[in-house]
Amino acid sequence: MKIHKYDTVIVGAGGAGMRAAIEATKRSRTAVLTKLYPTRSHTGAAQGGMAAALANVEEDNWEWHTFDTIKGGDYLVDQDAAEILAKEAIDAVLDLEKMGLPFNRTPDGTIDQRRFGGHTRNHGEAAVRRSCYAADRTGHMILQTLYQNCVKEGVEFFNEFYVLDQIIVEVDGVKKSAGVVAYELATGEIHIFQAKSVIYASGGTGKFFKVTSNAHTLTGDGQAACYRRGIPLEDMEFFQFHPTGIWRMGILLTEGARGEGGILRNKDGERFMEKYAPVMKDLASRDVVSRSIYTEIREGRGCGPEGDHVYLDLTHLPPEQLDAKLPDITEFARTYLGIEPYTDPIPIQPTAHYAMGGIPTNVEGEVLADNTTVVPGLYAAGEVACVSVHGANRLGTNSLLDINVFGKRAGIAAAEYAAKSDFVELPENAQELVVSQVERLRDATGTERVAELRKELQETMDANVMVFRTEQTIKTAVEKIAELRERYLNVSIQDKGKRFNTDLLEAIELGNLLDLAEVMAQSALARKESRGGHYREDFPNRDDVNFMRHTMAYREVGDDGTETIRLDYKPVVQTRYQPMERKY
Amino acid sequence: MATPTLDKEDVKPEAGFADSPYITITLRVRRFNPEVSADATWEDFQLEIDPKERVLDALHKVKWDMDGTLTFRRSCAHGICGSDAMRINGKNRLACKTLIKDINPGKPITVEPIKGLTVLKDLVVDMDPFFQAYRDVMPFLVTKGNEPTRERLQSAEDRERFDDTTKCILCAACTSSCPVFWNDGQYFGPAAIVNAHRFIFDSRDEAGEQRLEILNDKDGVWRCRTTFNCTDACPRGIEVTKAIQEVKRALITRRF
Repeated sequence: MKIHKYDTVIVGAGGAGMRAAIEATKRSRTAVLTKLYPTRSHTGAAQGGMAAALANVEEDNWEWHTFDTIKGGDYLVDQDAAEILAKEAIDAVLDLEKMGLPFNRTPDGTIDQRRFGGHTRNHGEAAVRRSCYAADRTGHMILQTLYQNCVKEGVEFFNEFYVLDQIIVEVDGVKKSAGVVAYELATGEIHIFQAKSVIYASGGTGKFFKVTSNAHTLTGDGQAACYRRGIPLEDMEFFQFHPTGIWRMGILLTEGARGEGGILRNKDGERFMEKYAPVMKDLASRDVVSRSIYTEIREGRGCGPEGDHVYLDLTHLPPEQLDAKLPDITEFARTYLGIEPYTDPIPIQPTAHYAMGGIPTNVEGEVLADNTTVVPGLYAAGEVACVSVHGANRLGTNSLLDINVFGKRAGIAAAEYAAKSDFVELPENAQELVVSQVERLRDATGTERVAELRKELQETMDANVMVFRTEQTIKTAVEKIAELRERYLNVSIQDKGKRFNTDLLEAIELGNLLDLAEVMAQSALARKESRGGHYREDFPNRDDVNFMRHTMAYREVGDDGTETIRLDYKPVVQTRYQPMERKY
Repeated sequence: MATPTLDKEDVKPEAGFADSPYITITLRVRRFNPEVSADATWEDFQLEIDPKERVLDALHKVKWDMDGTLTFRRSCAHGICGSDAMRINGKNRLACKTLIKDINPGKPITVEPIKGLTVLKDLVVDMDPFFQAYRDVMPFLVTKGNEPTRERLQSAEDRERFDDTTKCILCAACTSSCPVFWNDGQYFGPAAIVNAHRFIFDSRDEAGEQRLEILNDKDGVWRCRTTFNCTDACPRGIEVTKAIQEVKRALITRRF
């Protein structure tokens, strides 16, 4: 076992982690631990753009952007945070341009902008061009640009290091972060990183669904590590289903396709979004569009022999426009479906895409141990975190924005905290939990297989807690997850080695997914209303009287070792916008 | 011309997306685990698969249902993250962008690690030398003078000039298909040159001369023998050889 000492340790090297690293490295001795090589992170899969009211192509301002973000999140957004997001968006985009990001340009040479779902002029009048983009590979360009600048700044990376435990120590009655425990993939060695500040930027947890746009590696490792150590998880019932995933595969086809004029059609060729969102049509918020698609499918207007999908129609757009603005997604259609988007519509279905919930933080990125108490030295940013700027439903292009605004904020705050703080003394045997977990799995002789349990988990999540939910379906999921957690204790792996043991890590990742799926289902069961991405058919209306509040889920361990989830709630921060009925 | 890659297999993808029956394929995988043996061996796996699935899906079927020790890198599974470059039927490709039906599933499908980088286990190679070469070409924007308050202006034409090389996902398919790189690991390799090109031809950048000098080195662009393996291998369709030629030309003319 090795012990390392850094001022700041960042867990994850996607957009939020690297944006934080660029700031933290300038201010403190920083290490970035990442389970992948940095450029493999899923930020790179984001396509459509990054919102900022630059007003380069038409009138716009950050106040409109703030309003759209709050309305898009069905008023569960903390309004102070949304204001920061929209206001700092402009500098966030300009920062990236100065770092070298090759945005598409207007004829004047400024950054070009395009329409995106839920982004409007003057509080909902019409769609506005707010998304700054680089073809349909904006996330790729952000990831590359941030990595390039990490190289420039000499950021120190530990590639293929899996953080498996968060060390929290109680000092004079205050819970503080002391560092993390990591597993080195290449050697199987355990490392302790003692750090004054730790920033989680480890991404989402979409792999507990079967049809998902998420990478295989998005298994909620950061959320799970913190949750196991007593940190609550906020608003986990809110998960976004992106309307346009490639049918059955879930691969993302950007909303930018509809921003460029693409149209959703049912089996009769009807532009059905006109019925559900007369003003914004195909560019309504994602939760609205995904529900509309499934309504069409359920009412028998889906396409294909099984009527289980609809079409994204780009055939009326000029091929030059597709080549220039949507080259990657048209290639996906050709590669994976054998379809030519110039002439044929693309079969799509909603795909599990984004966790609105996560580790609760304030606007400085400081992690909260309850509704108000900060955990000194612990930070989170990006999809792993819940600030909450996305509330019950995130607007497209606000996640690339989130990682830049709050990644930067967390990087600065963490490094400044490290500069004025001492190391927290490590507990004895800080590595104990990880060592026992790894050894137990390596020595296990049980009969259950990781892949089978994961498949059953994904199937139950897709069937029961996706776009439409009821008490009955959620309870079915809760029971199934409990069964799978039981069976997980009897899981064994085949690779007993130390070198690049991905068999072992997949088993650990499955444990994380099971923990988080349980939190998600329990949180969803208790929220007896419909809001944003959480739609309860048995409670189809939003209930501001009882549920205008964030869910806070805590792991509780009884004296006999039994684990339960305790749900509590946190008020929503409202500043200038009163909740209204949401129409697009 | 010596080429390590097979000719392009000219299999036209079928139109439409009708269900097709599962077929049985043989996946012939190069195995190596120094914890077990110092020698690499071939191992065959027979499995049922829908031909419209990816080679990555086939590898997952082996790992998840047959042999958990099979080791490879992967993440996004749709050709964006660059984790799963490997040699499939002798040709560098991404396992997640290669459909079974497109590579003649009637014969055993061979899967090996990419060449020229040390194999660590099964299909996993040591990527550090590859990323070191990348870091060595100053792969970041360098500007002088005061920063403007707003964005730097760039015309759409100037932006288009380096568009092709911005697509690189650093998967190493190009570099590890290059015979010069196989014989001399000191050679920067195509991917590093592509990433230098991305900045040399960016109108906003002011360190083109420095990058050209780096690539004027004995292990720089002049080692390129124009075999076009890199261009064939690139899963992003980047015209890699052309980019290298443009860097060579810029070195001679000092115009870029």
